[in-house]
Amino acid sequence: MAEAGKLRVATTSLAGCFGCHMSLLDIDERLFALLEKVEFDRTPLTDIKHCGPCDIGIIEGGVCNAENVEVLREFRKNCKILIAMGACAVTGGLPAQRNHLDLGACLQEVYLTEPGLVNGQIPNDPELPLPLDQVHPLHEVVKVDYFIPGCPPSADAIWKFLTDLIAGRTPRLGHGLIEYD
Amino acid sequence: MNMDVRPSFLLDGEEIPFEPGQTVIQAALTAGHYIPHLCYHPEFVPHGSCKLCTVKANGRPAAACTLPAQAGLEVESETEELNDLRRTLVQMLFAEGNHFCPACEKSGNCVLQALGYDLGVMTAGFRHFFLDRPVDASHPDILLDFNRCVLCKLCVRASEEVDGKGVFSLAGRGISRRLIVSAESGRLADTDIAVTDKAVEVCPVGVIIRKHIGFQTPIGRRRYDVRPISAQALEDAPRKPEARHG
Ligand code: SF4
Ligand code: SF4
Ligand code: FES
Repeated sequence: MAEAGKLRVATTSLAGCFGCHMSLLDIDERLFALLEKVEFDRTPLTDIKHCGPCDIGIIEGGVCNAENVEVLREFRKNCKILIAMGACAVTGGLPAQRNHLDLGACLQEVYLTEPGLVNGQIPNDPELPLPLDQVHPLHEVVKVDYFIPGCPPSADAIWKFLTDLIAGRTPRLGHGLIEYD
Repeated sequence: MNMDVRPSFLLDGEEIPFEPGQTVIQAALTAGHYIPHLCYHPEFVPHGSCKLCTVKANGRPAAACTLPAQAGLEVESETEELNDLRRTLVQMLFAEGNHFCPACEKSGNCVLQALGYDLGVMTAGFRHFFLDRPVDASHPDILLDFNRCVLCKLCVRASEEVDGKGVFSLAGRGISRRLIVSAESGRLADTDIAVTDKAVEVCPVGVIIRKHIGFQTPIGRRRYDVRPISAQALEDAPRKPEARHG
């Protein structure tokens, strides 16, 4: 249950590099102001493993394997508002740069034929989630309510976006805050 | 006393004077009014292919870069409807190339990207094609990355009309339209292109890239980082009816 008056927020990283989370932390002392308005559910910061009912879900990274799909669906089921944060969540980003390659050929090259490998083998532990043949942006798997582009979006962009949203305004990123790089 | 006896048309309700022979976009830019555009370049004869500059003239859609200015014309440009269409066009251009901005040396100086920023394009909109298009790094001073071509034909026009060389052309139709290099081998190294050519300077996106400069101007201090393209385009616009090539 959310503390009275506070919005409950969950975040996670799927096929991302945690750069967007680093950028979120880059809001620095503004985190204190944020924490007056929100409390965190599942996020890498709290280490809660499953997402409960939330007001806002923020997802970094696209969808590259079966586990990503599951986690994304869990977020969509529990979060009233779902935000795709960063280039990978919005378009697939860097991991999607493998999309024009055959997945089998990719695994072969990385684990078997790459020069310098000795006794390579393609990982097949049943605990490992199976990769998808292509990397997808979030909105190709579930409905996404908002998008924040950027690799990563700047702390100022994330701050502006969240403060607009929390104040009940339509989030607007103007010049210098919408960035694709 | 108003000495301006030039004819004029209305753009979003404001009077825009023009010289006979000017197009709507030329007159608008000269008068300090921005209309989004991508394949139009003030120094070249308009090509009219990207449709980013689409306006409504007396209620009918038209490309502002090819539409001759006419006295009394009523032109709409800054409307939600037209900007929505422009956002869709930008998303389609992103979808049909491979635009990975974080790794692109043109980032921050790129017209396509700057249009996305200025129009507020926040999401992909379409499934990206993820084509496999090898780059041509054969030339010692110039890199050609075919993944980012928006088919504006500016390099073709510049190479022919200014450089007098004809290094580039566009081949194929529809979705298979693509940039090609006019050499038997198809390689840029086998042409007479020089790094000082207008064709190199004019590419609005990250296809024709000058080597050895990379990120000398860091991200964050580049052309469209400093000011949005809607302001920069006015800065660049000729203050007088244009002198143009060709
Ligand atoms: S050409 Fe422009 S839009 Fe394409 S990747 Fe480079 S900076 Fe981004
Ligand atoms: S290479 Fe550049 S200038 Fe030439 S057609 Fe493509 S986008 Fe236009
Ligand atoms: S700028 Fe007019 S059609 Fe491209």
